[in-house]
Amino acid sequence: MGSRLHGIIAKEFIQLGRDRLALTLMLFVPVVMLFIFGWAINTDVKHVPTVVLEQSGSVEAQQLLEALENSQYFDLRYRVRSQREMTRMIDDGTAKVGVVIPPDYARQLARRRARVQVIVDASDPQVATSAMNTATALAAARSLAVLAQTSGGTVVRDEAPPLDFRVRAWYNPDLVSAIFIVPGLIGALLMQTTVSVMAIAIVRERERGTLEALVVSPIRRWELLLGKIIPNLLVAYGQMTMALLVAHFVFDVPVRGSLPLLYGLSAVFMWGTLGIGIFVSAASRTVPQAMQLSFMTFLPSIYLSGLLFPIEGMPRGAQYLAAVIPLTYYLRIVRGIVLKGIGFEYLWPHVLPLLVFGAVVFTLSVLRFRKQLD
Amino acid sequence: MPSWAPDAGRLAVVTRGLTKRFGRLLAVDHLDLEVRRGELYGFLGPNGAGKSTTLRMLCGILEPSEGDGHVLGIDLRRHPERVKSSIGYMSQRFSLYDDLTVEENLTFYARVYMVPRAGRAARLQQMLRLGDLVGRERQLAGQLSGGYRQRLALTCALVHGPEMVFLDEPTAGVDPVSRRTFWALVRRLADQGTTILITTHYMDEAELCDTLGFIYQGRLIAHGPPARIKAEAFARPVLELQAPDPRLAAEALAEWDAVEEVVRAGARVRVIGARQDLDAAALTAYLRAHGVAAEWVTAVEPTVEDLFVSFVDRERKARVREQLQALGAPPA
Repeated sequence: MGSRLHGIIAKEFIQLGRDRLALTLMLFVPVVMLFIFGWAINTDVKHVPTVVLEQSGSVEAQQLLEALENSQYFDLRYRVRSQREMTRMIDDGTAKVGVVIPPDYARQLARRRARVQVIVDASDPQVATSAMNTATALAAARSLAVLAQTSGGTVVRDEAPPLDFRVRAWYNPDLVSAIFIVPGLIGALLMQTTVSVMAIAIVRERERGTLEALVVSPIRRWELLLGKIIPNLLVAYGQMTMALLVAHFVFDVPVRGSLPLLYGLSAVFMWGTLGIGIFVSAASRTVPQAMQLSFMTFLPSIYLSGLLFPIEGMPRGAQYLAAVIPLTYYLRIVRGIVLKGIGFEYLWPHVLPLLVFGAVVFTLSVLRFRKQLD
Repeated sequence: MPSWAPDAGRLAVVTRGLTKRFGRLLAVDHLDLEVRRGELYGFLGPNGAGKSTTLRMLCGILEPSEGDGHVLGIDLRRHPERVKSSIGYMSQRFSLYDDLTVEENLTFYARVYMVPRAGRAARLQQMLRLGDLVGRERQLAGQLSGGYRQRLALTCALVHGPEMVFLDEPTAGVDPVSRRTFWALVRRLADQGTTILITTHYMDEAELCDTLGFIYQGRLIAHGPPARIKAEAFARPVLELQAPDPRLAAEALAEWDAVEEVVRAGARVRVIGARQDLDAAALTAYLRAHGVAAEWVTAVEPTVEDLFVSFVDRERKARVREQLQALGAPPA
């Protein structure tokens, strides 16, 4: 028995090592993803090209614009004289944000009813959300400053308006993307490896006819499966380790909780996803089919697990679906351990569904796998 | 307990009433098969005749619905796992890992078949020599040409030194020279005492076997040494002719009671005589008398197909021909 299992595992590793491209991709995709999410995305959100239509010519308007500029979110690159010019610049994408200050801004402000219009190009949701949040925060800060000036009785010339950045600090832009993406990235990587790489490893044997030879050989079904699963798990853990190392040492993502706990609970997650992978392999005749089919399992996981959108905001039906998707629970576990540093005493409600999913799906898939070899 | 005692000393394969049903389909119908130890047994039949179902039952991967079978004295029903480790199996797809080297493929199968570590290196060397693969140990299997791949697949099936090997159409899609080399190797193995059950569609190959078995609709319809099979079952002449209008020639000949069967293959017409005395001269004369031109007429060797068809009921002949031709068996 030892020799047969050893044979399969050794063979899998030789094949893995020989497919340099796949191996490189598997280990460096997590790193590339981190760099993309960690750097590229959040620099875009800063320094948004902004066009200003300033009609009042007042000191107050000047102060507001300075505040906008100082926030670093808006680059006040363009000044225009008409609404039409502004519209054109936003239409052709020269500017993503337009700020319109009315002619009687100073008078409105004195009456505490100042209206500044902020136009956001919402075709880029990332920029739009960020710009709107910043504008709202700045407006609140300016209002406070104005209130302080008028109600204090004495006229204080406020050279540096006390802009309250605490609102933005919740989003902490230099860290937000890397931190935000790490749990999702780990979940997505583990799924990718245990579902599609696993399925392909089996389907490729069938496609090439080597599965036939293995079925005729004295190898046991469980030896064959285990021989495929063990290298697969090692690759998955390798990817996860790579992602954690880069996240921690390059992007300063804190790992607040217990790593052994994270690795252990990841195995519970992969128990179920390996089951999905074996199912996919049983349902596919060719490698492209297996790839398509595993992609089909990713889509609901990515969209409904809370990776991209909060589950609380989803319609009822989607929430029910989210409740049977393993990634939903795994994300909570990874976020809990990595970002919040919580232990098993808080995590077990998320571990339980994964155990149930794993027991059911893995068992069914192994039965299906056995049946299909006969 | 089986009511019969298999003569395991003399017979490598014995089946009694071996049957496999898939739902209502009777794939193998009470098959009695005997393969002597050390013989080269050619197993012939069209697709769907039950050939591969029989092979799979004999290899211990498919449970019989009825009947019993022993391979190398091991009960198929009770110890399929023991059957698996005692036999070798090579399919027409060769079952090699293209991204592993020659040596790695052999090592893999040696591990899977539990070749003890102690003698493994010597065994691999022996296999490399057997398959004429010395010097190619580090070459990827995917880069080998057809003949080498075929021999590597065979050595992988032999790596654990099985007393019996099943070869399922091992020469399909391989060039004629490699086929000949391969058969010389198979013949040598059989002569050295390995029992071999092989399936093929080629007559020249079938003639190299010690015994032929014809399977049709799940039943063994004829078996025996090739010479006897030919003499007994096929005491009829086979002729081939080429005509400018083969359809006209075939129609004319089909009317003649000296002819048992007419088969058209392109510009050629194949004629199986109903009488012993039908020869090229008689056939030419008949055609001329009916005003049909023929470029040439010549006597030819019967093919596996011809042998096979002669065992099958007359009304089924056309259908069997079609099936056999669909398999790509050469017309001559």
